[in-house]
Amino acid sequence: MHRTIEVSRAYGPVVEGEALVSEEGFSPRYDLDRWSGLITKPGHRLEGMSIVDKICFFPTAKGGIAAGWAFYDIKWKKIAPKAFVFGVTNPVMVQGAIFAGIPITAGWSPQPRGVVKTGDRVRVDPARKLIEVLS
Amino acid sequence: MELTSEERAILAGERGEAQRRALEYQLEVGRFWGAKRFVPVTSVHMMGDIEVMGDGGLAWLKAEADLGARCRVATTTNARCIDFAHCDRLGQDAGEVAKERELIATLRRMDVVTTDTCINYQTVYQPHLGEHVAWGDTGTVIYANSVFGARSNFESGPAALAAALTGRTPEYGFHLDEHRRATFAVQLNAELKDLADWGAVGKLVGESHQDYFAVPVFHGFHRSPTADELKHLGAALASYGSMGMYHFIGVTPEAPSGTEHLSEKISVNEKDIERVYARYDLGDGNGRLVVFSGPQQSLLEMKRLADLFQNKRISSDTSCFVTTNSAVLAQSRDLGYAQALEQAGATILQGVCFYILQNLSPMREKNGWSNMVSNSAKIVNIIGAHRFNTILRRTADCVEIACTGRLK
Repeated sequence: MHRTIEVSRAYGPVVEGEALVSEEGFSPRYDLDRWSGLITKPGHRLEGMSIVDKICFFPTAKGGIAAGWAFYDIKWKKIAPKAFVFGVTNPVMVQGAIFAGIPITAGWSPQPRGVVKTGDRVRVDPARKLIEVLS
Repeated sequence: MELTSEERAILAGERGEAQRRALEYQLEVGRFWGAKRFVPVTSVHMMGDIEVMGDGGLAWLKAEADLGARCRVATTTNARCIDFAHCDRLGQDAGEVAKERELIATLRRMDVVTTDTCINYQTVYQPHLGEHVAWGDTGTVIYANSVFGARSNFESGPAALAAALTGRTPEYGFHLDEHRRATFAVQLNAELKDLADWGAVGKLVGESHQDYFAVPVFHGFHRSPTADELKHLGAALASYGSMGMYHFIGVTPEAPSGTEHLSEKISVNEKDIERVYARYDLGDGNGRLVVFSGPQQSLLEMKRLADLFQNKRISSDTSCFVTTNSAVLAQSRDLGYAQALEQAGATILQGVCFYILQNLSPMREKNGWSNMVSNSAKIVNIIGAHRFNTILRRTADCVEIACTGRLK
């Protein structure tokens, strides 16, 4: 079965990679160790997981203006994810991802739960506003 | 997007390469959000320090300055990561301190006014109703939108700087009437006597409605709130809920007259507030770190702290930090508040916020800090990645914890 998710808004080139699917929102400032790319906030549902080179699915964005520089910083350090896929997001995530040249999408239908799980290989196609699960 | 002749000239490179790149970037952001045009801005407030920017950000900034990037509108800076008077004692890296100096010099070369404050709305610039601005951090944005009725999205460092260079920002989000209307109502059935209580309200409402476009309207409160109370409410809503605007009936300029039209209605009661305080894990009960920061303290907060710490002594095992900006600190010295705090054993840091201090994780380990106690619900939320166990307490309780070194 061909599994796909349509997104409402999108930026960036087509990318393929391994999915990291979170049930909890994300901030690169509150949750992430910006030297290792590991999620380190105690109690975060993905605590201990790496976002490096992943296609990260997060239902929400949390707080934080500083995220705008943080994405460029992690890209510079070569620990950035391949793409961010948000359910709802905020301008900072979008401004930060575009500044860093990291593909980003917002709004999804259907929800990732039941369609994609961590470890699946997925393709993000911003121009077609489509996410495809490849395996 | 519809472009004016001036914007087309910028894109054609007629105003220089820095402006051209800035507007190209703003166009991408605008397209993502479906903006139809740009709006002129009168004030920019940007976050830019070595801790948030890193080496890559600094290299980019220097290249921009070399390209001739200069601010077209008044541009101020947010709190930063190094207080040069305290960096050695705090064990901050000399190399990063040098980079921070270089960064500040680069910003000044670009005509940025380095105010280093996250309370610009209390101390630097108060925009009027309907005024378009491009601000960050989030606490400044929610205050501008809600209390002043000005119009700003969360503008991250690169986006704010782009607005500074082009004098405009894409018109989406809170620049548009359609996103400024209340989406749910919150009845306040609590006394809310302390600033931490206001942060607790922000936590409760923000955590349960994490959405930039959710706009609560508060009503039913028994008195008029103060500026510092609204500051802590907004900072917590923005932090826990990623929210950029709220209304408060009888208080904020764009509040609706009633809440009948809203389908979602919630309330915050006294017991909800008490439950927030009761839910923190106290670890081993140590009170070795007490922080009054995030946002920086206003002059009236400095006075309150000075009053509470009067004739008291902070426990020798406890570090207590107070952060504010240079203007408030100068006035606090004139008035004797700063001396009272320092005599009690507190360290006052200028121009910084505790949670973005450079080298904070190693600082935590070196000092054996595990619990962090604060009266700011915002900082209790945002410092998690540095692996503090955080606890929200009322201001007077924080003072007592600092003096006894123990949590109850």
